[in-house]
Amino acid sequence: MTPFLTHSGIAVPLLNDNIDTDQIIPSREMKTVSKTGLAAGLFAGQRYSEGRTPNPDFALNQTKFDGASILLSGKNFGCGSSREHAVWALKDYGFRAVIAESFGEIFYNNCVRNGVLPIQMQAKDILNLGARVAVDLPNQTANKIAFDIGQGDKTMLIEGLDMIGQTLIHKANIGAFFERDKISNPWKY
Amino acid sequence: MTRTLFDKLWESHRVKILEGGEALIAIDRVFLHERTGSVALESIVESGRSPHAPENVFCTVDHIVSNKEGRGQDDARMPGGEVFITATRKAAKATGINLIDVLDADQGIVHVISPELGIAQPGLTLVCPDSHTCSQGALGALAWGIGSTDAEHAIVTGTLRVKKPPQMRITIHGALNVGVTAKDVALHIIALYGAAGAKRCAVEYAGGAVENMSVEERLTLCNMAVEFAAFTAIIAPDVKVSDYLKGKKYSPKGGAWQQASEAWQGLQSDERAKFDYDYEIDADDIKPVVTWGTSPEHAVSIDGQVPQGADYKALSYMGLNVGEVLAALPIGGAFIGSCTNGRLSDLRSAASILKGRRVAEGITAICVPGSMAVRREAEAEGLDIVFKQAGFEWGAPGCAFCFYAGGETFAPKTRVISSTNRNFEGRQGPEVRTHLASPTVVAASAVAGYICDPKNLEPLA
Ligand code: SF4
Repeated sequence: MTPFLTHSGIAVPLLNDNIDTDQIIPSREMKTVSKTGLAAGLFAGQRYSEGRTPNPDFALNQTKFDGASILLSGKNFGCGSSREHAVWALKDYGFRAVIAESFGEIFYNNCVRNGVLPIQMQAKDILNLGARVAVDLPNQTANKIAFDIGQGDKTMLIEGLDMIGQTLIHKANIGAFFERDKISNPWKY
Repeated sequence: MTRTLFDKLWESHRVKILEGGEALIAIDRVFLHERTGSVALESIVESGRSPHAPENVFCTVDHIVSNKEGRGQDDARMPGGEVFITATRKAAKATGINLIDVLDADQGIVHVISPELGIAQPGLTLVCPDSHTCSQGALGALAWGIGSTDAEHAIVTGTLRVKKPPQMRITIHGALNVGVTAKDVALHIIALYGAAGAKRCAVEYAGGAVENMSVEERLTLCNMAVEFAAFTAIIAPDVKVSDYLKGKKYSPKGGAWQQASEAWQGLQSDERAKFDYDYEIDADDIKPVVTWGTSPEHAVSIDGQVPQGADYKALSYMGLNVGEVLAALPIGGAFIGSCTNGRLSDLRSAASILKGRRVAEGITAICVPGSMAVRREAEAEGLDIVFKQAGFEWGAPGCAFCFYAGGETFAPKTRVISSTNRNFEGRQGPEVRTHLASPTVVAASAVAGYICDPKNLEPLA
């Protein structure tokens, strides 16, 4: 996974609340059993008009947002279906960070697992960010505005770690846990 | 120190406290389905890793599989969908996990078969790359939805890295009024506190109204916790849960059953346990609920109107105006099924309304049982005949019209009353306008031809 330290890019606002993962990538766009090649399906429902031509009203199709790599949104971004394809599609399109008032829990974790930085901020701060945003994860700022992030998530993102590998470091603890549990809760096994 | 039920399950599964506020939590069971699980399985095969405990990993085929009578084992309901089914089958075999295949007698929607087969049990941790895994909290399991990468992690390591969520309790005092279902309770709560109202909490449902619910009703209530932005939901297991699980395929047997049912008795929050948020509701305030918009929080009681200040975008998608009365809106489609309301008790309650009645002219009405077992039991009771005679289609188990996969659906702009859990834009098909409601309201509306409270149906002659 690509480590995330700092990133500066064009920010595109999609400020509605409750943008769900069905909107981020509609089911019909999840065509293969694959984590890549999903950019074309990103926001497909709103991004395209009939005949799959770009819908000029949708922000991503406007020239000023060409090459946008930071997404701004409202409350509960990424709620709904757990489909990780939502993050894979954002990443495939070129997004590195999403800044929103709050996130769907599963989507938030999926971002961290895939090196996309989810930043939680108050609405008024999001509105003040402007057209270009410079994110500094080690110092936890976006255009100098401070944000909070869990220490575990921060480390994962900064170091771009393979989490399964990291967890398998604790293999002995895990083995011992299950051995003990088999004795105290034999009905589970 | 007093502890909540969630604390107890969390601590009994905590392998290790990690740096940075996370804990390594032992995972007892993993469930997968062909849409998001196949990616996880393929990735395991490719990486040359293997499952920690393949006997505790289960995979069903429910999302993309055809819901037509007489379907073949690879038949999908979207073009190209057979790839998901065949890839899942192949990867399940390669990893040695339990596959519940399309034509198996146990096949069904993951969250319907998980309790039905006794895979979900009180006190277990259970995860699935599907957001409605929270349903299983109804049995007193610690169950939550994850992404595909985390599913891979859980299968390979037997654990997940999790930040402990904050905790909320919602106590529903009193008894529900006649005609009010668990679905109405779920929608009422979301409308009251908002679709982000659970603030990523583990939510414990408690109180007289919850104690009175059957296990199936509790499954419906917990199912929609994710629509409420909860990490998961949980209900303290009682004797109803033990009775429900006794003799199920994967439930503990013999001496293990004794040990299990004793262990389950201690699974409840201590009397003075502290919650970060502690809300109380009066059951008497809850009426049958129907949604008007494109978020589950856009919900009012069935005798209500589209509220002042309603979200403009939602209104334009739904083709509605402020002040419109819901219980008069003509509908074009009705769907009964899904992990929210596709169980036997749901089909029974809908059939009790449909018996001796017919769906109104021009309405596409479909019922898809949540699992093969539900379908068999329903057919044994003759419910299929009731549905068919009323003019409903009777489908083969799966998610079906709960979400649009890219194949068959309702025509654009059709107003559909649905027993499912999501009314998002396009959820049931491009431009399809979904109104969420209980199975009885769906049945009554299908008969009336407009959104209708069952109590307002013309009595049978
Ligand atoms: S029935 Fe609907 S909500 Fe339930 S698992 Fe299937 S698609 Fe998801």
